[in-house]
Amino acid sequence: MKVLAEPQLVSGRDSAADGHLGELRRDPIALMRRVRAECGDVGRFDLAGRPVVLLSGAQANEYFFRAPDEDLDQAQAYPFMKPIFGEGVVFDASPERRREALHNQALRGDMMRGHAATIADEVGGMVAGWGDHGEIDLLDWFAELTIYTSSACLIGRKFRDQLDRRFAELYHDLERGTDALAFVDPYAPIESFRRRDEARAGLVALVGEIMAGRAAGPPPRREDRDLLDVLISVRDPDGTPTFGADEVTGMFISMMFAGHHTSSGTAAWTLIELLRHPGQMAAVVAELDELYGGGAEISLQALRAIPRLEGAVKEALRLHPPLILLLRMATRELDVQGYRVPAGALLGATPAISNRIPEDFPDPDAFDPARYAEPRQEDLINRWTWIPFGAGRHRCVGANFAMIQLKAIFSVLLREWTFELAQPPDTYRNDHSKMVVQLARPCLVRYRRRDAGPS
Amino acid sequence: MRIEVDLDLCQGHAMCELEAPDVFSVPRKGKVTVTDPAPPESERAAVQAAVAYCPTQAIRLVDD
Repeated sequence: MKVLAEPQLVSGRDSAADGHLGELRRDPIALMRRVRAECGDVGRFDLAGRPVVLLSGAQANEYFFRAPDEDLDQAQAYPFMKPIFGEGVVFDASPERRREALHNQALRGDMMRGHAATIADEVGGMVAGWGDHGEIDLLDWFAELTIYTSSACLIGRKFRDQLDRRFAELYHDLERGTDALAFVDPYAPIESFRRRDEARAGLVALVGEIMAGRAAGPPPRREDRDLLDVLISVRDPDGTPTFGADEVTGMFISMMFAGHHTSSGTAAWTLIELLRHPGQMAAVVAELDELYGGGAEISLQALRAIPRLEGAVKEALRLHPPLILLLRMATRELDVQGYRVPAGALLGATPAISNRIPEDFPDPDAFDPARYAEPRQEDLINRWTWIPFGAGRHRCVGANFAMIQLKAIFSVLLREWTFELAQPPDTYRNDHSKMVVQLARPCLVRYRRRDAGPS
Repeated sequence: MRIEVDLDLCQGHAMCELEAPDVFSVPRKGKVTVTDPAPPESERAAVQAAVAYCPTQAIRLVDD
């Protein structure tokens, strides 16, 4: 039998009991960068007594992304999601059930044209009250916008029209309830977990009100039904409704979760990076003016190539990936590149580190949208290290939707408005204290209507 | 011109079917079927678009 090496343990444990948990909660990128620097493609850190084998580089990542669910399980790798989704939803279901659920019809190619039009309308609604100039908080603004776009596209416009800012604020508290302390105890008595549980209860109450309102009204015509009407109409054999407000809310939270903070953060970072690089911004604005000056419709154009804008979005994704650590649990002892991974260990791949490997991405810290133009095409050539959407078997099913959404958002914003940074360029940064990465405050930008004169 | 698909990577988005309906077919719940694995030259542009717009890069066009 082949003798396997033990992955090397990275330096810097807080204590024997906590291992690297403290650093993972404070500065996960520094921890993961050190793993690669000290240990190479396969290294290890210690999550309060539990080994996490961290992979980076093309070969190790390919192993991770091609492995079958039977070897690498997602459900048990993300303990911080269960209190958010609730019982019986997504990660509480079997791998077969999850594969089925992921085949969300709303993400099929033939739905995308309608989604692009919906998203453009939602941006239009959000800027309708802007006046000629003003200031926005990027975290607030894009988080609210993407609540509306994801609910409208994935659940239905009718449901979206019954939502307001309250839903977005509660949803934000859910996302903040993803402290890595959940690896030790998802119900530990800390402030962010308490707010998470209150926020979930608040969302259940909002969805419950909407359901009660629909139950009190006349039954909708078949063609007017959205997903909520369909779920309300499902009955057990004895005639009682199958899904209560708690289960429906859990389903909606889980459907929207993967696409929400990710799209919101990427939109914000695309704008920030373009404002940090005025030459790139001018090129993108000229590209959009040319495309739409000819009378193109956003619903069609957002599905087609917009190369400079796409390059900017891809660089925002590479430099600021919304998920910095993807996790699986080994269900049996595994041989990963000659290293032993024991059953029960966590295995991680890290977009934050792999996306900046200098051998694959020359000048890795530079914002350079031209990397994606032919013949460089650094995203396609490095299919196992350009991984903002993951890769392989579990690659983000919403990646296509996300790119179309971002193209639709910027097609509206950059044609009608100009923007400028409202604080020093290097003060925009991510808050990595939670597993769900969000922009740190302050994160302000100013806007001005493009045809408005100087004030 | 020959077409290869990596079914490990296909997620059933059906973008290829939109681009080249005579070559690809994707059921409502399932993965792609190549209905014409060696399509005529007249399909080249459509197949190239299917390769380019496949969200998971599961399709390759091979010239032997």
